Amino acid sequence: MEDMKEIVRTYVVKEYVEDDTEIGFDTPLISGGIVDSFSMVSLKRFLENKYNISIPDDKATPEAFDSVNKICVLVNEYVK
Amino acid sequence: MAYTDKTRGMYSEILTGLKDAGLFKVERYIHSAQAADIEVEFPEGASLKKVINICANNYLGLSSHPEVVKAAHAGLDSHGYGMSSVRFICGTQDIHKKLEKMVTEFLGTEDTILFPSCMDANAGVFEAVLTKDDVMISDRLVHASIIDGIRLCSAMHDTFKHSDMEHLEEKLQLHSDKRLKMVITDGVFSMDGDTAKLDKMAELCEKYDALLFVDESHSSGFIGKTGRGTHEKCGVMHKMDIITTTFGKGLGGASGGCVSGRKELVEMCRQKARPYLFSNTIAPPVVAGVIKVLEILSASTDRRDKLEKNTEFWRKGLIDAGIIIKDGDTPIVPVMLFNAKLSQDFSRDLYAEGIYAIGFFFPVVPQGQARIRTQISAGHEIHHLEKALDAFKKVGKKYEILGKTKQEIIERYGM
Repeated sequence: MEDMKEIVRTYVVKEYVEDDTEIGFDTPLISGGIVDSFSMVSLKRFLENKYNISIPDDKATPEAFDSVNKICVLVNEYVK
Repeated sequence: MAYTDKTRGMYSEILTGLKDAGLFKVERYIHSAQAADIEVEFPEGASLKKVINICANNYLGLSSHPEVVKAAHAGLDSHGYGMSSVRFICGTQDIHKKLEKMVTEFLGTEDTILFPSCMDANAGVFEAVLTKDDVMISDRLVHASIIDGIRLCSAMHDTFKHSDMEHLEEKLQLHSDKRLKMVITDGVFSMDGDTAKLDKMAELCEKYDALLFVDESHSSGFIGKTGRGTHEKCGVMHKMDIITTTFGKGLGGASGGCVSGRKELVEMCRQKARPYLFSNTIAPPVVAGVIKVLEILSASTDRRDKLEKNTEFWRKGLIDAGIIIKDGDTPIVPVMLFNAKLSQDFSRDLYAEGIYAIGFFFPVVPQGQARIRTQISAGHEIHHLEKALDAFKKVGKKYEILGKTKQEIIERYGM
């Protein structure tokens, strides 16, 4: 789980952060304006490829993607 | 009555909130034709003031050009005022087809379809040619009309960092399983005035089998050696799959837009694009005016050459005065002030000096990047630009920004 959190955080920083904003495991990503809802697509696809899972569209909500911790909880539901 | 006091109060509160936040837009009334010299009533009821306009999209100075006005008059006489119809019922005249053919030749594409505006072209094109099996990959700074069009389309949507070709390549790899991939960008970005790397994008699209879309609204008529657009400047004239552009800026400034590109994609728009199918055709006098504009631009590059010289003069003048501008070589020249209130105060003081230019701030541009967006025209003479430069220097001196770094301006005025 800790590894996964670091992997997700690293991806979020690389993909979405263009200044020196710090991203913690509970930093609000979507409600905090760091990730816009359009750009969630690449995060979802990254997670699906990385963990060889398929996250149903109706589960990939802005709420479920709103922090590194929440994302990892969601991903763990689908990792076998 | 459904519009109760409570409902009225709700909207009044929202509008008051916009005013309190400094986001309420107030229009200035222009009493003359659009040109470098205009007469403006502002605020409402004030006596008319003669000012130099440096914030119009009138890049080629054709908005009130006598030959264009004459052609529009002739079109009005010969083809009437309006068509009272969409294109596919009884709204297509010979001049609509003539203009579509001329645009195709001008842009170097296969076919063209006219839309009531480029906003409509962008709103309709994606849903007409893509499905849920496809992906749209757009630059993060594309125009709002493209974002609206993307929202109306069932295809997946992803973004890449502004002009970051490595990031775009990663996204093309990530979405390699999709039936169609479309890369979407502006040619010249309207707020920063920078130019898309269309040559690199065309290369990547070829490598990853993707379609390339470019909105040329701030390019058509003057970017590139003969003014054909960003694709000409980047040496990829015939590699664009879809170009959208407007007739409301450099190409006469009236209204109307188009989708131009691969003939099958254009035909898909003709069959399926809802803003085309359910909105009136461009009015005949406007069509006649745009035909004349393309004749003028095809016969000579004098106007785009003059615009290029004016732009060089303006950019150099601002830099020499110690004013921070965004890098680039297009006639969109943002003067960076960083602080929202400063941009509004600066604009107000310029107006008092007889210069009409508007301050932009969040959310139109990112937080901390407030600016005055200046736009140069072939309709400007050097004396216009000299007067405007004097005003920028005078107001810049008042606010003590001349020769100051970004950091120094932010330290003094805040983000």
